[in-house]
Amino acid sequence: MNTEYKDARAKFEAGVAKSLQKHKERKESFSTGGGLPLGRLYGPDDVESTDYMRDIGFPGEYPFTRGVQPTMYRGRFWTMRQYAGFASAEESNERYRYLLSQGTTGLSVAFDLPTQIGYDSDDPMAQGECGKVGVAIDSLQDMEILFNQIPLDKVSTSMTINAPASVLLAMYICVGEKQGFPMDVLSGTIQNDILKEYIARGTYIFPPKPSMRLITDIFEFCSENVPKWNTISISGYHIREAGSTAAQEVAFTLADGIAYVEAASRKGLDPNVFGERLSFFFNAHNDFLEEVAKFRAARRMWARIMKDRFGVTNPKAQMLRFHTQTGGSTLTAQQPENNIVRVTIQALAAVLGGTQSLHTNSMDEALALPSEKSVGIALKTQQIIAYESGVTSTVDPLAGSYVVESLTNEIEKKAFEYIGQIDDMGGMLTAIEKGYVQKHIQDAAYDYQRSVEAKESIVVGVNKFQVREDNREMNLLTVDASVGERQIAKLRKLKETRDNLAVKNALDDIRATAADDSRNLMPLIINAVRSYATEGEICGVLRNVFGEYTENIVL
Amino acid sequence: MDERKIRVVVAKPGLDGHDRGAKVVARALRDAGMEVVYTGLRQTPEQIVETVLQEDADAVGISILSGAHTFYFTKIIGLLREKDAGDVIVFGGGVIPDKDIPGLLEAGAGAVFGPGTPTSVCVDWLEKAVADKRAKE
Repeated sequence: MNTEYKDARAKFEAGVAKSLQKHKERKESFSTGGGLPLGRLYGPDDVESTDYMRDIGFPGEYPFTRGVQPTMYRGRFWTMRQYAGFASAEESNERYRYLLSQGTTGLSVAFDLPTQIGYDSDDPMAQGECGKVGVAIDSLQDMEILFNQIPLDKVSTSMTINAPASVLLAMYICVGEKQGFPMDVLSGTIQNDILKEYIARGTYIFPPKPSMRLITDIFEFCSENVPKWNTISISGYHIREAGSTAAQEVAFTLADGIAYVEAASRKGLDPNVFGERLSFFFNAHNDFLEEVAKFRAARRMWARIMKDRFGVTNPKAQMLRFHTQTGGSTLTAQQPENNIVRVTIQALAAVLGGTQSLHTNSMDEALALPSEKSVGIALKTQQIIAYESGVTSTVDPLAGSYVVESLTNEIEKKAFEYIGQIDDMGGMLTAIEKGYVQKHIQDAAYDYQRSVEAKESIVVGVNKFQVREDNREMNLLTVDASVGERQIAKLRKLKETRDNLAVKNALDDIRATAADDSRNLMPLIINAVRSYATEGEICGVLRNVFGEYTENIVL
Repeated sequence: MDERKIRVVVAKPGLDGHDRGAKVVARALRDAGMEVVYTGLRQTPEQIVETVLQEDADAVGISILSGAHTFYFTKIIGLLREKDAGDVIVFGGGVIPDKDIPGLLEAGAGAVFGPGTPTSVCVDWLEKAVADKRAKE
């Protein structure tokens, strides 16, 4: 740093200090949404410790701070992927075909809660929930309807499914087969991230050990048979929605990632191979600069973890590729139109952070599932950023910004501190068992709530600039209450017409193999699905062998 | 003035895993001096009512973000009445469209708090509702 600059900066600070006596700033101190201190002004001295080649580098090159491809959005935009699904397979298929006709470039399937937790629609546990937060899928028959007239060789499909991920992947493979496409042409993602279910999302079924086995069985099977499939989407999204800070989101997500790599390595799989198919999923909240920095920090950290910790030399297995969804918990029920603006800011942060795919939330989601109109606006928001904003014409345009590079460093530092603490406890599984992760997230959530109530954090329309309003006339989506009954009728008919002996044999094979963790369950699950065994039947067998997880309540 | 501490069960019925709101509210009620029992996830209506009776709770707060609110509110209120505990105050919140709220109130819920409600509003309402209930006893 040259002395001319240092003298000038000192002079500037002295001048500001003097003027502050007359004109105070709005607050005593400023910080990011995640509580990182934010200085008045950033200059070259704030990034003095940053070495361009070591810490930033070139896009498409280690440590990938600037992005995973050399040309980023000059080559191809991110995948515009809207999470959707409700009611039955018929209704959802119609919504997917609408989204594809509107220019969406990848599908993202939302399943209802019974499907996510391995219950058929006729299970007593499914009462009241069928088709509510996503589509109800009970058997291969529903999946065939869901993808009717959607060619699986052309479209890539992401499925938010975790505990029963192997069953839904098996169904997808079988639909592909029926459409005439072998599994090695299929592309897409299953979320398959059980650790964050224990931490933050709640759709677990089995205890950690057999759950990790199911996950690594998928890694192994797909490496050999479904090479274009992302076998996991290691998710910070729900951790952030549960209330974590940005730095915690990165820390806990990457710590989950470390646990998966360790589990797969113990099984004898090579991280240079399965590492290529690991993908990530982050949130985008309102604090624009912090969010951009978060994505860049996460990419650099994962590259360092894979290289230094796991000795990975394959660059594709060092890259952190990620999907982003804008922040659901930032949406307000008050003045819902304002959410369009929030989503725009968040989506722009994701793009400037180098996301590979993006879901933009709809303005009415604090009240219900989105209507077709609001989904349309959300998708157009992405298209406007892509085609009109100009930010996509040059790679990583915010690199070199003193504040962005500085925040990138800060988030990395903070997140590695958390990861260090988790390592000291013996890894992520122990940290979850002890409630360490949940406690940190809940404390952050509670602190945020209190800061909103104290008006230290302002939410427009909620604790400032409120207006009287009535949302009863809003055109919200309602799910037809008869979905459950229709599903139950379909199930009854299916069980009368399928080859029940074949189903029984297939389920017996799963039962026998589940008890032996040296064998891979995937081929047997595919076999059962093909014979139209239901999801509930398959998960039921696994529940019997594996047992069920019970929540460790942390308050 | 009745000096007994207010006892409240905060419950997550059904399969919904979103527990941020329930936990934040539970903590706020606790910080306001109430005795709070949080049920954890995946509770059936029967389990929730059982907890309410066992804990001799004045009130039960139900958090639902999955859209199954009408089903669960109605079911829990019905079971409480069956068990001769119809005087237990039922309130709740979550992702609930405004147009569904009158139906929930009609079914017997005391209040439904939408997203963005300050926890202090919830605390004040509950304190008053319990005081009214105890005055009638």
